[in-house]
Amino acid sequence: MTTTAVPRKPWEKSPKDRARDFSFFIFAIAFSYAFVGVTQMKGKLAYAFVFFVAYGVIVSVFSYISRGAPAAKDAFVKTLVALGAVITLLPIASIIFTVIRRGLPGLKLNLFTQDMSLAAPTDPLTNGGVLHAITGTLTLVVLALVMSVPIGILTALYLTEIRGRFSGPIRFLVQAMSGVPSIVAGLFILSAVLYPIAKSYSALMGALALTILMIPTVARTSEEVLQLIPNDLREAGTALGGTQWRTVAMIVVPAARSGLLTAVILGIARIAGETAPLLLLTGGGDKVNPNPFNGSVGSLPYYIWKSFNAGSPESLTRAWAGLLVLMILVLLLFVLARALSTRKVSK
Amino acid sequence: MSATTLAPSPREISTKPRRSDKVFRGIVTAGGLSSLVILGLITVFLAYRGFEVLRQEGIGFITKAEWAITLDDSNNIVQSHFGIAAMLVGTILCSLVAVVIALPVSVFSALFLNFYAPEWLKKILVTVIDLMAAFPSILFGVWGFLVLMPSAEYWAKLINKYLGWIPLFEVKPYFVTRSPFIAGVVLAIMIIPIITSVSREIFAQAPLDRIQAAFALGATRWAMIKAVVIPHGRSGVIGGAMLGLGRAMGETVAVYTVLNIVFQINWHVLLGAGGNVASLIIARFGEASPYEIKALMAAGLVLFLLTLIVNALANLIVKTTGKSGR
Repeated sequence: MTTTAVPRKPWEKSPKDRARDFSFFIFAIAFSYAFVGVTQMKGKLAYAFVFFVAYGVIVSVFSYISRGAPAAKDAFVKTLVALGAVITLLPIASIIFTVIRRGLPGLKLNLFTQDMSLAAPTDPLTNGGVLHAITGTLTLVVLALVMSVPIGILTALYLTEIRGRFSGPIRFLVQAMSGVPSIVAGLFILSAVLYPIAKSYSALMGALALTILMIPTVARTSEEVLQLIPNDLREAGTALGGTQWRTVAMIVVPAARSGLLTAVILGIARIAGETAPLLLLTGGGDKVNPNPFNGSVGSLPYYIWKSFNAGSPESLTRAWAGLLVLMILVLLLFVLARALSTRKVSK
Repeated sequence: MSATTLAPSPREISTKPRRSDKVFRGIVTAGGLSSLVILGLITVFLAYRGFEVLRQEGIGFITKAEWAITLDDSNNIVQSHFGIAAMLVGTILCSLVAVVIALPVSVFSALFLNFYAPEWLKKILVTVIDLMAAFPSILFGVWGFLVLMPSAEYWAKLINKYLGWIPLFEVKPYFVTRSPFIAGVVLAIMIIPIITSVSREIFAQAPLDRIQAAFALGATRWAMIKAVVIPHGRSGVIGGAMLGLGRAMGETVAVYTVLNIVFQINWHVLLGAGGNVASLIIARFGEASPYEIKALMAAGLVLFLLTLIVNALANLIVKTTGKSGR
């Protein structure tokens, strides 16, 4: 007669344990339902809150009975951290859900073919659209890109390739710069460029402020990417007789290409919805403005801002539709950045 | 003799960079110094534009709460008082409320991500939280005003009902709409992703050998976290919270949409009156006379220096914990 040793896994849950956990779960749901019904509390959030409290208490009492005080604390904390994660996720779920639900009715075809020059925000939704805002945001982003990407990547190259005397302080300053409030960037361009030199609203002014906000994002992400490039590549370049600049331009930067692209996309996502500096600098025109260097220009955030402040039901729907377009834009950029950066890792 | 002329002369070997490299290093260094230049220029220009107002108001600019300018018919200034004390108090109040709410939530969700969530769930959650950090502030502002406000008002009433005897939660006269508390909740939602991701990275650096040692000694997961992870990550989390504080202090649009902006010093969190420096700038900019614009520049300078200090401290704290490792 042979006996085979069956491997035991005491850490895995037995069907009995699962049944027990599930019954706790059901009981907590029932309790929260009854509790909210009996007392004067109201709202879905109250259910969720009472559920977590009830579940935490039940589980920890049971653990206390079966395994003592440390186990009870452990079980309670487990519920607490899960509650933390749920609280973190609730707002984003609510935001995405509301924007889609309230924005969809405003998504008409004319939204993308007309501007607001002949329509007021309070007009019916069949009038006017966001064409000027989309072209304006594109202009702003392209101008900001042209200015911030070279500076951002040069900063990252300084930190990773030159590693000069100022590396420490510059890394610190880039960090500090990423904390500059957007309104301060706007005020700075207002005081340094718009009043003394340009004297009028334009897309360029807005883009200058956005550049200040975008540089740190591009620089920090690029630096992280360039740090990941193995030193062997740099040494190989030098060993083949390349000068430093050829090594960087022909080997290091091409090797980091997709990562640098991710940095740029994250930078765009950072500035695409930036509102405060645009309120100070771009004038928020209602017409498509083909000249980026002169005249007021609309943008998605400014359009949302205007429609939101107009306050009528139609204009609010406009604002939600604008938010939906903006959110989809940010989502697309984000997914693109993710796809590029995971490809880099898998290689 | 011809042999000497044919003998190869020794090649000169030097480590001196060539001209192309010198140019390259020069350009890259110039690019690298740009952040220094920009930050310097911001300080110089805001100080230069705001100098006149700062000189006239003196220390009163940050200690007085009055913001008024009287113009006669031909737009000459009759009288002006500019003080941002009310707005400074509002800035600090809103951002503190935000950090007080966001800090525990973020720490819990960072612990959940690192030590409780299964790998697949962790990946999804990290992506979602990063996405949330990339959402523009106007999205939070409009959502906060139209969706969150009714619930937040209800919470404010509850707090006032049961904790109203604490002076901080007093509401007199009874007006709880658009209060600093509600603005703080919106700001908290905006900074939770930031604090969560900083805390997550700090917690992930907790020494694995000690974690395993704690488990081997029979610790429960919470006992392990209390003994190893929290002592390791404490100061890093504080740094993360200060990063969030800096972000909350400089937020403009979300606060302006939610908060009822009133020029009075208000320490009562639930009372519907307040403001912050950034929203003051947006609120007054549209109808400001040139002199008032200068005052706004001075206010911007104060805000800039304030956030710069908070951010610098935060980065210093995060960096030193990251380096020391354990």
